[in-house]
Amino acid sequence: MFLRERSRDRHKSLSKESSRSEKSVTINAPPEGPLLGNQSVRGEEVQDDNWGETTTAVTGTSEHSLSQEDIVCISKDLDDSVGLDCKHYLNVALSVILGLVVLLTPLAFLILPHLLWPDRLRACGTACEGLFISVAFKLLILLLAVWALFFRPPRAGLPRIFIFQALLATLVLLFVLSYWLFYGVRILDSQDEDYQGIVQYAVSLVDALLFIHYLAVVLLELRQLQPFFSLCVTRSTDGATQHYNLGQLSIQRAAVVILENYYKDFPVHNPAILTASKSRTTKHLAGLKVYNVDGPGGNNGAAGIAQSQSRAMIAAAARRRDSSHNELYYEEAEHERRVRKRRARLVVAVEEAFTHIHRMQEAEQKKASVDVMDPREAAQAIFPSMARALQKYLRTTRQQHLHSMESIQQHLAFCITNNMTPKAFLESYLTTGPTLQYGKDRWLARHWTLVSEASVTSGLKDGTIFLLKCIDFNLVVTTKKIPYIQLAEEFIDPKSHKFVLRLQSETSV
Amino acid sequence: MSFIPGHPVTAVVQRIEIHKLRDGDNLILGFSIGGGIDQDPGQNPFSEDKTDKGIYVTRVSKGGPAEVAGLRMGDKIMQVNGWDMTMVTHDQARKKLTKKNEDVVRLLVTRKSLETVVRQSMMQH
Repeated sequence: MFLRERSRDRHKSLSKESSRSEKSVTINAPPEGPLLGNQSVRGEEVQDDNWGETTTAVTGTSEHSLSQEDIVCISKDLDDSVGLDCKHYLNVALSVILGLVVLLTPLAFLILPHLLWPDRLRACGTACEGLFISVAFKLLILLLAVWALFFRPPRAGLPRIFIFQALLATLVLLFVLSYWLFYGVRILDSQDEDYQGIVQYAVSLVDALLFIHYLAVVLLELRQLQPFFSLCVTRSTDGATQHYNLGQLSIQRAAVVILENYYKDFPVHNPAILTASKSRTTKHLAGLKVYNVDGPGGNNGAAGIAQSQSRAMIAAAARRRDSSHNELYYEEAEHERRVRKRRARLVVAVEEAFTHIHRMQEAEQKKASVDVMDPREAAQAIFPSMARALQKYLRTTRQQHLHSMESIQQHLAFCITNNMTPKAFLESYLTTGPTLQYGKDRWLARHWTLVSEASVTSGLKDGTIFLLKCIDFNLVVTTKKIPYIQLAEEFIDPKSHKFVLRLQSETSV
Repeated sequence: MSFIPGHPVTAVVQRIEIHKLRDGDNLILGFSIGGGIDQDPGQNPFSEDKTDKGIYVTRVSKGGPAEVAGLRMGDKIMQVNGWDMTMVTHDQARKKLTKKNEDVVRLLVTRKSLETVVRQSMMQH
């Protein structure tokens, strides 16, 4: 027991970057380390049994609670939210201004002659008044279309400007400016009396704006629908891989699509599972110490010494490798057995608990003789009978930091309300779900960084590789072009299906 | 016993003379044949070359005239009383063997073991 504590402490000190629980106490005081470690571990175990205290913030069994990085993240959060809001408001302001200019220009074209030279203006005939209706409806359609396409809540904050949107805005601005220029020079200066011509000019402006909107739809929405590239996304910590088919997008937009799919397709990142393999590798090299017999600063430089050291360590570790695969095999078999045993106990406990709950019918509710409970109270009533089994199971599969007691009771009340079976209730605990299933503090949606060698506004190409960095892990994305498929045709005449019988008969003579 | 279309077939053959046995109104020989140009050669268990559509002996009844005369299961019949048996239909072969007015049939049959024996004896010299 003593020796095991010691090795565990050493692992903790070597894998500092992944576990930041209060076991860090033992790192600071190595000589008395094991004794203190014993106590702290035992104390933690006692605390663990009490569900009320096992929230992520207090006991620190989670790797994401009150660590240094988390403090950095919280402060970064505040900064980011302020920065993003500024950019967002600027965008909104610019687009509203542009929209107003675009909307009011045709109206201005129509109204200005009436204001500036009303007496010289020729009266508007029937055809001209018909054009008024056309302008009105076209403006209404344009308004609705612009609202539908552009005034949606933003999906994501991109690092660089969105090229197509900027291009379109510039195009619209130039277009409207050129129309104003023409209007100013040819109509306002010369005070043209032909009102019908002016109205037709305004109608042509609105038509052209509708066509620009069509261009916007094609560029922003339609072009990337046809799949062109297949992206392979791998998580660096545990190798979970998914493939997505995307169209021709810029790297930053492709990154947004991938991240939106990441939250629903990838199982949640669980650092607790990774420490096992790290401890195994450190066990290899932990018992080896390299002595430099030649003394420092010999013929080799520092690099040479480091190289020979590492080579010696690898060679020595290779000799020990014969037993470690055996260890791994038995350890995994033992773990598997333990998980299955706990799972069986959990399933039985939950099934038993669910049998106590009965839904009361409407008619029975009138003559209620026993205590009537709402779903939350019912959940709280049956929760204690399954709490221990559930807690033990979560601890064995190292998921205990993903679920708090409050969330479990909420989920139980939800399942009771919707008439779910015990199996349906347990589904979210027996299998690790996607990140969206867990609380918002797991999402870390504001901490993604796009790392790319090519410019992020350039388009995807065959062989593009970029990284999406979050705090603890990376998503490595590689691009492959979907092959060009050449289909050939073969026609089969329905009458051509004919068969013949081939026998081998035997005749006795 | 390989067979190349368009070329004459050469084989080491054995002459077998079978005297038909009278059983009531029938004359029986005591063996069964399989094969023929209208049959499926791939299903023939005795042929070496699965495209060989010749007539093969598939069964020899015990103690019958064929066994007495020396016919063995798996033999390929090349001629019956001078009539060729390598390119005939199954029914034609049966007819040639069961002619009512013939008491004796003289067959030329070939089998793999004949060829090996001849080659061995030639090598000894």
